[in-house]
Amino acid sequence: MQILGHFNYWIFIVLMMCGFYMVIASDNLIKKLVGLSIFQTSVFILYISMGKIIGGTAPIVIDKAAVYSNPLPHVLILTAIVVGVATTSLGLALVVRIQEAYGTIEADEILAQDRDDSP
Amino acid sequence: MIAHLPALQVVIPLISAPLCALLPAGRPAWLAAMAASWLAFLIAALLLYQVLAHGPISYLMGGWPIPWGIEYRVDALNAYMLLIVAAIGAAVASFGRTIVEQRLSLPLNKHPWFYTAYLLCLTGLLGITVTGDAFNVFVFLEISALSSYVLISVGRDRRALVAAYQYLIMGTVGATFILIGIGLLYVMTGTLNMGDLAARLPAVSGTRTVRAAFAFLTVGTAIKLALFPLHLWLPNAYAYAPSPVTAFLAATATKVAIYVMLRFFFTVFGVKFSFETMQLDKILLPLSLVGIASASLVAIFQTNVKRMLAYSSVAQIGYMMLGVSLVSVTGLTASISHLFNHALMKGTLFMALGCVSYRVGATRLERMAGVGRSMPWTMGAFVIGGLSLIGVPLTAGFVSKWYLIVGALEKGWWPVAALVLATSLLAVIYIGRVVEVAYFKPAPEGQRVEEAPLALLVPTWALALANLYFGLETSLNVGVARLAAQGLLGATP
Amino acid sequence: MKRYTIPRVGTKLLLPLILLFALYVQFHGDYGPGGGFQAGVIFGAGFILYALIYGLDNARRLMPPWVLRIGVSLGVLIYAGVGLLGPLLGGQYLDYAVLDARDPAHGQHLGILWVELGVGITVSSVMVTIFYAFAGRGR
Repeated sequence: MQILGHFNYWIFIVLMMCGFYMVIASDNLIKKLVGLSIFQTSVFILYISMGKIIGGTAPIVIDKAAVYSNPLPHVLILTAIVVGVATTSLGLALVVRIQEAYGTIEADEILAQDRDDSP
Repeated sequence: MIAHLPALQVVIPLISAPLCALLPAGRPAWLAAMAASWLAFLIAALLLYQVLAHGPISYLMGGWPIPWGIEYRVDALNAYMLLIVAAIGAAVASFGRTIVEQRLSLPLNKHPWFYTAYLLCLTGLLGITVTGDAFNVFVFLEISALSSYVLISVGRDRRALVAAYQYLIMGTVGATFILIGIGLLYVMTGTLNMGDLAARLPAVSGTRTVRAAFAFLTVGTAIKLALFPLHLWLPNAYAYAPSPVTAFLAATATKVAIYVMLRFFFTVFGVKFSFETMQLDKILLPLSLVGIASASLVAIFQTNVKRMLAYSSVAQIGYMMLGVSLVSVTGLTASISHLFNHALMKGTLFMALGCVSYRVGATRLERMAGVGRSMPWTMGAFVIGGLSLIGVPLTAGFVSKWYLIVGALEKGWWPVAALVLATSLLAVIYIGRVVEVAYFKPAPEGQRVEEAPLALLVPTWALALANLYFGLETSLNVGVARLAAQGLLGATP
Repeated sequence: MKRYTIPRVGTKLLLPLILLFALYVQFHGDYGPGGGFQAGVIFGAGFILYALIYGLDNARRLMPPWVLRIGVSLGVLIYAGVGLLGPLLGGQYLDYAVLDARDPAHGQHLGILWVELGVGITVSSVMVTIFYAFAGRGR
C-alpha cells in the first residue's frame, strides 16, 4: 500500500531518471534537450503532487466545499513551466545556430571539428 | 524612497531591461544600461551603509506578511554581495561602447538586446542575493542563467555557441536540482521563507526527505558555482564569451552561487545540521583541495590566456570552498572576503585581456608577444591583477589568502596551509608565463599595436587600483566579511 | 497550403474564436482559472496557426516584428510600472491595495487586472517572436 500510495512520487523518480539519462547518454544535441525537458517536467509532477490534499477540490472559492487543494505549488510550478519553455526554446535556438556553424548536431562530430582547428 | 531600496535594487535593472530593447541601437541603449548599472551600484552602497548602521533590513513585497509574502531580507552578507555584484556591473557597463559592440556576433539593430540580456543577468544576480524567499532564489537564478547563456553565445568564435549550449545543459540540471531541493523542503515544512524554514527545519531534520533535499541543494549549487569536479562547463564558457561578458560573469555569477550555498547551509539548514549531522565539510575539503591543485596545474598548460584564467577561476573557487570547509569564523571570513577580492582581481585581469584582444585581435599566448612594451598601461593593470591573484603582499589577494592560512593553522591543518602556499607558486608560473611573453619576447615583425583607448583603460585601472587599495585598507572587504561570517555562524561579535 | 481549401477556411472560422477565447481567459482570470500566461499563449497560438496556414510573409504583414518588439517590452514595463505605483502611493512595492484609497480589495483587483494584462501582452508577443525566429531561419 505504501508503494501505491506514493504512486506520483515513483513516477517523478522514474521520469527524472529517464530524462537525466538522456541528457548524459545521448550525443545528439536535440535529444539532450528532449531529455532535459523530461527532467524538468518530472519536477512539475513532484510539485503538483504535493499540492494535492485528499478530498480537496480545485482551489476556486465556492459555497459548498470546505477543503481546497493547496494552490501555492501550482503557482510556483507555473513559473517553473515558463522557465522550462524559455530554456527549451533558447536551447533549440542555440542548436539551430550550431547546425549553421558546424553543419552537424552530433556532439562528437562537433568536438572533432573543434579539435582540428584548435587551440 | 529610502525604505524601498531593497525592492528598487532589483526593480531598476528590471525596468531598464525592456526599456533598452525599445531604445534605438548605439548610444541610447548603452547609456541606459550604464545608468541603470551605476544606479544599482549606488543603491547597493546605500544598503550596505544602512545595514552597517542599523542592522538587517526586512522588506515585505506587496505588504504581505511573512511567511505568506515574499520577503527581501538584507543583512551584512547580502549587502556585501550586492555591493560586489553591482560594483562589477557598473565597471563592466562603463567599458567603451564601440569596443563592446565590435566583439559581438550580432547585426547592429540587435545590439540593444545585448544590453537587455546584460541587465536581466544583473537583475537576476542582484535578486538572488537580496531575496529571503527560497523559491524566489530559483526564479532569479534562472533569470540570470538564461540571460548569461545568451550573453556567452554572442561571442564571435563559433565555439561560443557550443560553450553556451553546454552551460545551458549543466546550468539547467543544477537549477532543477535546486528546485527539487526547495520542493522537498516545502513538503516537510510548508513554508518558503528562509527565516521560517530555519525555524521549522530542526523539528523534521531527522527525516530522509530533508536529507534528500540537502543533497539536491548541495549538488545543484555545486554545479552552479563550478566546484571541482562539476566545473567542466566553465572554461569554455569563459574562454569564448565576449571579453566584457567574461569579466562580468567571472566576477559575479559563481560568487552569487557560492552565496546561495552559504545561505542554505548556514542560515536555512543551520551549522549543526550541515556540518555535524551531514558532515558536509568532509566532502568539501578534499574536493576543494583537489580542485585547487588540479585546476592550477591545468592552467599552466593553456595556450589561450582567457582559458588559462578560467581554470584559475576554478582554483580560486576551491580556495573559497576550502574556507567554508574550515567552519570557523576565520575560515569563513577568508572565503567571504575572497569573494570580494577575487571579483576585483578577475575583473581586472579579464578587462585587461579585453583591451589586449581589442588591439591584438586574439588572446592566444603567442600573439601577446611584445604587448608589454606597446601597451604599457594595459599590461600594467594585468600585472597588478596577476600579483593580486598570486597573493603578493599589499594586494587584495594577499589579504584573503592570509586569513585562509591562519584559519587552516588554527585548526592545526598545516598540510592544508602548505598546499595553499604551494598552489600560489603555481599561480606565479602561469601569470609569469604571460608576463614573460608580453614583456620579454620581441613583437612579431610588422605588428604595430597601439595602447588601448581611454574608454577601456579607465574602468580597467579603476579595478586595478581597487586591488591595491583593498590590500592596504581592509576595513570594508575583511571587516564586513568578518561581520557576515559571525552572522552565519551565529557567533556574537 | 494554397491548394488546401479546408484548412484555409477552417482557419478563417477558428481564428476569431481563438482570439475571443484568449480574451475570455485573460479577463476571466480575475474570477476563475485563467490569466495572462494562458491567455497569452492562446492568443499567440492563434497567430501561429495563421502563419502556418497562410505563410510567414502574410503573418508578418498582419503582426509586424516591430509591433512584437514593443509588445515584448511593454508587458514587462506595465507589470513593473504598476508595481512601482505602490511605493509612489505610500505602500510597498507590488502593493496593489493602495491603488484605491477607499476600497483596498478593489485596489487589489485593479492591480491584478493590469498585471495580468502586462503578462498577457508579453507572453503572446514572445510566443509569436519565438515562432518567427525559428520559422524565418534559413529562408
